Amino acid sequence: MRYSGFRVIKEALTGHKGWKPVWRDPEPKAHYDIVVIGGGGHGLATAHYLSKVYGHRNVAVVEKGWIGGGNVGRNTTIVRSNYMLDGNEPFYEFSMKLWEGLEQDLNYNAMMSQRGILNLFHTDGQRDAYTRRGNAMILHGADAELLDADQVRKEHPYLNFDDARFPIKGGLAQRRGGTARHDAVAWGFARSADSHGVDIIQNCEVTGLRIENGKCLGVETSKGFIGANKVGCAVAGNSGRVMNMAGMRLPIESHVLQAFVSEGLKPVLPSVITYGAGHFYVSQSDKGGLVFGGDIDGYNTYAQRGNLPVVEDVCEGGVSLMPMIGRSRLLRMWGGVMDMSMDGSPIIDRTPVEGLYFNGGWCYGGFKATPASGYCFAHLLAQDEPHSTATAYRFDRFRTGRMIDEKGVGNQPNLH
Amino acid sequence: MIINHPLLGPRDASEFTYLGDASLINRPDWQAEDAAEAFYEYGYLRDNPAGEHQELWYHEAGDRSWLVVTRDTTTHEISKVELARDVARARGRSK
Ligand SMILES: Cc1cc2nc3c(=O)[nH]c(=O)nc-3n(C[C@H](O)[C@H](O)[C@H](O)COP(=O)(O)OP(=O)(O)OC[C@H]3O[C@@H](n4cnc5c(N)ncnc54)[C@H](O)[C@@H]3O)c2cc1C
Repeated sequence: MRYSGFRVIKEALTGHKGWKPVWRDPEPKAHYDIVVIGGGGHGLATAHYLSKVYGHRNVAVVEKGWIGGGNVGRNTTIVRSNYMLDGNEPFYEFSMKLWEGLEQDLNYNAMMSQRGILNLFHTDGQRDAYTRRGNAMILHGADAELLDADQVRKEHPYLNFDDARFPIKGGLAQRRGGTARHDAVAWGFARSADSHGVDIIQNCEVTGLRIENGKCLGVETSKGFIGANKVGCAVAGNSGRVMNMAGMRLPIESHVLQAFVSEGLKPVLPSVITYGAGHFYVSQSDKGGLVFGGDIDGYNTYAQRGNLPVVEDVCEGGVSLMPMIGRSRLLRMWGGVMDMSMDGSPIIDRTPVEGLYFNGGWCYGGFKATPASGYCFAHLLAQDEPHSTATAYRFDRFRTGRMIDEKGVGNQPNLH
Repeated sequence: MIINHPLLGPRDASEFTYLGDASLINRPDWQAEDAAEAFYEYGYLRDNPAGEHQELWYHEAGDRSWLVVTRDTTTHEISKVELARDVARARGRSK
């Protein structure tokens, strides 16, 4: 069933009786060519590109809960490609381009909104760093624009420009950045994968990996054994748990990140804004709520909830940057479990076990990566070699000293 | 979270900074044959368990002591707090 304006009118005139569930609810088959563990954004995108681009239709996505119940449905939906390092920027710019054509590709409204993202700076040193980053972005074919304080003031007059400690000196803008509707991204990929023959199996937890003579033969699940020629693991915050089933220890710690939404307000924020002097980023949803977040809580956890000190820190950051939001009320807050890697960058790679592949370490920036991560993981699963934009995302970079550390803080996951 | 400091009693976790898995106490021998491999594992690989986890917390806004906290990563419940010094000595470090 394709969506179109005509279809919407027709359904409106006939009582909306023609809409059908947009993916099947199949029982698992005994064997697939490829099984993807994890029905988050990355697992579903992998299935979409495997079936649509690489022609693999005998594929299953195995999800322990419901699709979209993980981080893909919990994030603050910021999409951007403003990275600096060679290992990262081509990948994120590839992702940005996929976002720009995603809705046509999926025939699904993901509410992709290129409203722009603005990273504010408050010191001369920060200006230099952002200039350098902007230049790196432009060299890789992305867009970047350095704004001085007056230009920022024209677009965002409500900001706290003349703060005594952290005056706003300007910002680095990426106009093509923005936000997308997170669950719609999961649903759009699921619907497309399903329509190309992929089985999406929900409420089916992977409890073990069947490995014999160094080869992965399939997954043990709560619905029985499912055989596979290849198994791809894309379980985000649960990476450590699942790969432990193959006896692997990862360069990853699981941490919680919280997010917040205020009551609905009239339109006040035209773009995504990040604070350069504290950890705070914010956008306004189409319903009017301010969607914002800050730092991770900072300790290992698998609980999808955080603690109060971070709530205080995030709200302090917000109020010092834009005092006008001080009286808006918080509607909801929640947490998601992040796969924080040792250098802050992801891994899309083979493992020492034949037939077992890994996608993870997305830290708290994996939503923007969803299309490219799926594309590159599908490429790796289909062709057994890394996609050209993901060649740096290897396990062995930690052994060989080729870390991709955007922040330059070393092997301390809670600082990335 | 409240951490029951062995010397100071219950303190708010916000007074502490978190380093990570308490296995960091077991620094490998730099002169060993397999030192490169051992330091790679020490520096970069983690058990990252869901459940009981021993971890290092530093009482930065307090008495500057390092603690080993045993905490459940699925519930945040803390079952044991020790001075890292005692744990390290019991493991034969700092001779
Ligand atoms: C609060 C918050 C804010 C964020 N903000 C942003 C942002 O603004 N921009 C951005 O780019 N990124 C952001 N992120 C990060 C981004 O959401 C994640 O990096 C990304 O969603 C992770 O990939 P995923 O969608 O595949 O993960 P998930 O949706 O978590 O998918 C993993 C799936 O695996 C399943 N699973 C786990 N174990 C098993 C098992 N044993 N068997 C079967 N299935 C299993 C889980 O149930 C889950 O559905 C944010 C994250 C959070 C939590």
